[in-house]
Amino acid sequence: MAAPKRGRSASAQSKPGRALALILIAIVALTGGMFLSGHTTPRLGIDLAGGTSITLEAKADQGSAINKANMDTAVDIMNRRVNGLGVSEAEVQTQGDRNIIVNIPKGTNSKEARDQVGTTAKLYFRPVLAQEATGAAAATPSPSASGSSTASPSPSASKSGTGEKATSSSSPSATATSQGRAVSDALKADSTPSASASASSSASPSAPASNAPSAAQAKLQAQYAALDCSKKAQRTAAGEGAKPGEPTLGCGESSGVWYKYLLGPAAVDGTEVKKAQAVFDTQTAAGWQVTMTFTGKGAKKFADITGQLAKNTQPQNEFGIVLDGEVVSSPYVSSSITGGSAQISGSFTQDEAQNLANMLSYGALPLSFQEQSVTTVTAALGGDQLHAGLLAGAIGLLLVVIYLVAYYRGLSLVAMASLLVSGILTYVLMALLGPAIGFALNLPAVCGAIVAIGITADSFIVYFERIRDEIREGRSLRPAVERAWPRARRTILVSDFVSFLAAAVLFIVTVGKVQGFAFTLGLTTVLDVVVVFFFTKPLMTLLARRKFFASGSKWSGLDPKSLGAKPPLRRTRRPAPVETKEA
Amino acid sequence: MSKLGNLGARLHRGEISYDFIGHRKLWYGISILITITAILGLAVRGLNMGIDFQGGAVFTTEKTSVSVSQAEDFAKEASGHDAVVQKLGNGTLRIQIAGMDTKQSDQIKTDLAKDFKVDPESIAADLVGPSWGDQIANKAWQGLAIFMVLVVIYLAIAFEWRMAIAALVALIHDITITVGIYALVGFEVTPGTVIGLLTILGYSLYDTVVVFDSLKEQTKDITKQNRWTYSDIANRSINGTLVRSINTTVVALLPVAGLLFIGGGFLGAGTLNDISLSLFVGLAAGAYSSIFIATPLVADLKEREPAMKALRKRVLAKRSQATAEEELAEVRGDFSDEGEPEDSAHAVVGPRTQPASRGRGRGRPSGKRR
Repeated sequence: MAAPKRGRSASAQSKPGRALALILIAIVALTGGMFLSGHTTPRLGIDLAGGTSITLEAKADQGSAINKANMDTAVDIMNRRVNGLGVSEAEVQTQGDRNIIVNIPKGTNSKEARDQVGTTAKLYFRPVLAQEATGAAAATPSPSASGSSTASPSPSASKSGTGEKATSSSSPSATATSQGRAVSDALKADSTPSASASASSSASPSAPASNAPSAAQAKLQAQYAALDCSKKAQRTAAGEGAKPGEPTLGCGESSGVWYKYLLGPAAVDGTEVKKAQAVFDTQTAAGWQVTMTFTGKGAKKFADITGQLAKNTQPQNEFGIVLDGEVVSSPYVSSSITGGSAQISGSFTQDEAQNLANMLSYGALPLSFQEQSVTTVTAALGGDQLHAGLLAGAIGLLLVVIYLVAYYRGLSLVAMASLLVSGILTYVLMALLGPAIGFALNLPAVCGAIVAIGITADSFIVYFERIRDEIREGRSLRPAVERAWPRARRTILVSDFVSFLAAAVLFIVTVGKVQGFAFTLGLTTVLDVVVVFFFTKPLMTLLARRKFFASGSKWSGLDPKSLGAKPPLRRTRRPAPVETKEA
Repeated sequence: MSKLGNLGARLHRGEISYDFIGHRKLWYGISILITITAILGLAVRGLNMGIDFQGGAVFTTEKTSVSVSQAEDFAKEASGHDAVVQKLGNGTLRIQIAGMDTKQSDQIKTDLAKDFKVDPESIAADLVGPSWGDQIANKAWQGLAIFMVLVVIYLAIAFEWRMAIAALVALIHDITITVGIYALVGFEVTPGTVIGLLTILGYSLYDTVVVFDSLKEQTKDITKQNRWTYSDIANRSINGTLVRSINTTVVALLPVAGLLFIGGGFLGAGTLNDISLSLFVGLAAGAYSSIFIATPLVADLKEREPAMKALRKRVLAKRSQATAEEELAEVRGDFSDEGEPEDSAHAVVGPRTQPASRGRGRGRPSGKRR
């Protein structure tokens, strides 16, 4: 046992310079890298820099499982939505197994972004049973309503367009519809002047009631009659808690007019839309339209529902595209659409088409989310908190240094140098980890760093106390430094491992602010080990050769006399067995 | 401080020591008393859960001249709920309103801004849904459970299962005390508190592990001698690492004290304060438990082992038999012990049993000792 230990400590002793050089090179390289990358300060979290942070929790009430794939999809979708708003540097990330954090830096329209990520419900295709304009606005003819009515005759045009389109679908028989809202405008004889064109096909809103005269239906019917979509409170309540398999109410807006809908059970799930995009149809001059492709299962369902719908008269030949209880579009269908791809055409503007396409492809969030917490931090408060954190750190560090100097005298220089190295490494790594893995320094992380001062300093204390014990045994400094190391090393490793384990478990399991804290704590614990191994120990070895320390100067903190050392050993009667105990 | 260094030396040599193991019943009793008080406090008073755990909003204004009572009125008017308003050290107001959801709070914020005659954008808001706190708490419990299982496995492998159990008991002890103090004093529990509490996990064990490490090292060859029982050596370990334990605790507490001072004095309230407060309480409890609870517990468990029982019997027999010729035995003992390199010295030097020999040993010229 003794031999390998000897060998190790001997080699460590003989090459202290190499380890020191190694860590110095690492520091220089990392610092250089930091300056080269241009990220010379750690990225600050929302609570220090100001901005808005939204925490959303996935709800498992829609039948789809909360798993990694679904969460990743959701993050992807939200990311596009938020960044689609022109919010720069907004970040969306999962946290824990069911949370998504959306961080929006200050200076951007956080309210709009919040609305965007907040409306993260599921998308359904539901057959329209009845629809009607509501509110005072309903009576007012809007210019775009008449504009869209001109699109109504377009079905045939886009139908032929479908045939000519180079889509992969084998039999894109028909999708030709006009934009839902436009159609609905056209339907309302009493609401829009243009409606007269198709007014003959207008179905009575009460028609579905006769189809299913159950109590629930009657109740829904009554709710429908009472619903006024022009009132915000009623609007939010309308589609709330709707189950996919049951009929529900919904509201939809078109050109400033709110329409109310009575909707059948969901026919196709939004997740069954494989892809949707806005295309400009140059062939038929139909303008902007949205093409969508369904998954295999979705295609079949879509064919079924459109086949059924096509037999009905308006508005019951329409299906509502319902996003978060709101009818975002309700195109009508003239024949069954098979083959898995379809177009929605109408008088879309480019923006409208793209929005609808986005909603179709990204609106289909696999999960529904609930806002858990929204934190808005003003830049002033963020600055204050950063200031306070740094001040607290400075005070803590100062207190520790005073204590170390008072207790360890000259040895405290080693401790301070080690703390400095550890501090530099922590700072540089934090700065580099910002762009690398999206690490942002938040207030709990600052706390973690401050708390870590104690953990780091403790490693030195373990080692120093060991050295002092050896000196008390009567050894001179150089052998004491070497003999103390294996013991101290083991203690440091074991205790740091426990500390790291705590940080790792916290980081993996917990959510929110706890994570930032755990990350810093883990990082600094690892750095502590690195610093003690590659800096403190070699430095001690080198310093032990210095007269100031080796002679046990009163101010070195290693004065054998003040430590109460025993007189030097004479090894005459020290037999071998003792050595075997070393390990 | 050199006094402490001197104390360290004397502790190291075993000239002075406190019989932690011998008095363990006293300390167990004290701990059980504290724990019962903590549990009673928790049961009777309950924890003062912050906004984060019940749902609500915390608004922080800019520096303002509006008084606290005015702000309370404004907030009540805007929200329809009672509000708690605090004036912070830097002249800003902190307004807490419980029991509303995140959607309402936007409106309240706008209303407040109007009342305060400031821009809504200058009011910081922390809006929390009612189930967020539950989630944090659940995750924390989950983390706690996983950590405990892992750490027990680790300690059982690195040391032995008795130490793992003792460490676990000490850990639960620390957390109970901290939670109890929160219940009794009525400090507000926030996610920051939870962070602090979870950090205690690492810290409390950190301290315990260092003592155990020394204990393991010193008891390695315990069955090869018949001078000291396991308890004697455990006591020696505690005394030997006492200075380090004190230093560690002081060094760990100093930055936390800095945090607490700044968090409480400068910001008045918030994450810094919450984390550091629970850390401060927990660290103190952790230092206490690793010395007074964990190690004596290990000794208790160890003494139940047949090998240790046998050892104790041998030691006691030898001691009673040797009473007459103690002097002589001592000298010899000293002789062979103290010259040895550290391990065996630790293992064999008697801490409290032979004060006489110490005195003599030191009085002698050093040369003669070997």
